Amino acid sequence: MFAGDQNGLQGDPRLKAISEAIRVVPHFPKPGIMFQDITTLLLDHKAFKDTVDIFVDRYRDMGISVVAGVEARGFMFGPSIALAIGAKFVPLRKPRKLPGEVISEAYVLEYGTDCLEMHVGAVQPGERALVIDDLVATGGTLSAAIRLLERAGAQVVECACVVGLREVKGQHGLNGKPLYILVEPRQQINCSAPPVNGVETCRHDDLILGGNFGSPVNTTSKSD
Amino acid sequence: MSAYRDKDPLIHGIQSKIRVVPNFPKPGIMFQDITTLLLDPKAFKDTIDLFVERYKGKNISVVAGIEARGFIFGPPIALEIGAKFVPLRKPKKLPGKVISEEYILEYGKDCLEMHVGAVEPGERALVVDDLIATGGTLCAAMQLLERVGAEVVECACVIELPDLKGRERLNGKPLYVLVESR
Repeated sequence: MFAGDQNGLQGDPRLKAISEAIRVVPHFPKPGIMFQDITTLLLDHKAFKDTVDIFVDRYRDMGISVVAGVEARGFMFGPSIALAIGAKFVPLRKPRKLPGEVISEAYVLEYGTDCLEMHVGAVQPGERALVIDDLVATGGTLSAAIRLLERAGAQVVECACVVGLREVKGQHGLNGKPLYILVEPRQQINCSAPPVNGVETCRHDDLILGGNFGSPVNTTSKSD
Repeated sequence: MSAYRDKDPLIHGIQSKIRVVPNFPKPGIMFQDITTLLLDPKAFKDTIDLFVERYKGKNISVVAGIEARGFIFGPPIALEIGAKFVPLRKPKKLPGKVISEEYILEYGKDCLEMHVGAVEPGERALVVDDLIATGGTLCAAMQLLERVGAEVVECACVIELPDLKGRERLNGKPLYVLVESR
């Protein structure tokens, strides 16, 4: 569900400011991908604080004792939420980063597979957990995160992302777990340059791009 | 400067939550694992509060955190002191234009990157990581910030390994740590 669809947050100007603070970088990490760059959100103290506050307001009374953040951008949002709601923070990491005993969950990428790990003993059976990441694309990473927590006996209450599409496409579907998203990905780069010959052009960094962005096959891509 | 020398009772609580994992990532290394600290909400909050108390009101506008464990401590500090958070990342992770700084590892080299335009000249910056060992990564982080004209006010880490003398690699910049591990 989208934050902006909820009572109380409809038309909330904070959501608009959060969306506009996110930079769109075309053709990263590869051609055709419009990368939703949240680092510019982190540069805007008010918008970053509002992002955390909106999540905290939603989760503070849900009896959540675990916030699990997906490496690496989940680490930028998860700990602040955990601290505010009195929960522990559990990092979910790429292989061989966590020392000591871990459990691993493989997940499918566009080409090949990857793996997410969690410490044994970080989460107790029966704990109520939130999974947090910056963005959801196909849901493959979030699904792996959910499986790790459930294997440890925790109950995943919800997955929370700053950016995501209205429908999580792809085969993963988050195992039926609810998904809470603040803003949709944008396809347009912020710019005020006038169109040339009727075609939108944007100056972004040193690139001058022309043409019709239309409906790219992949508007979002999940990388860490 | 080390908070440890002040014998703050909070420090003992924080230190007791850090798990030492022997022979990780390779034999002979006693790895200082801060994830167990993150599992204790009070100790984690105390950690952040100690840094916030030190840096609030010092006109610091940038908190730069080193990938990946610096991303866990840096943002909560930045949010509390009213600063922006700037992630310093391994190569090819940041989209768009970046500047890079190489640094020496025990075997070989690595590289840290920062977004062009994230930091303005004259900004006062804090560098945050979970731990300082040899100081190589922190040094590269400071270089990135200074190259864009920022002033690095201090480096802040939860843990210092003083035997590795990382403090001496910081070009005279002050280092503040909560816990020393020998």
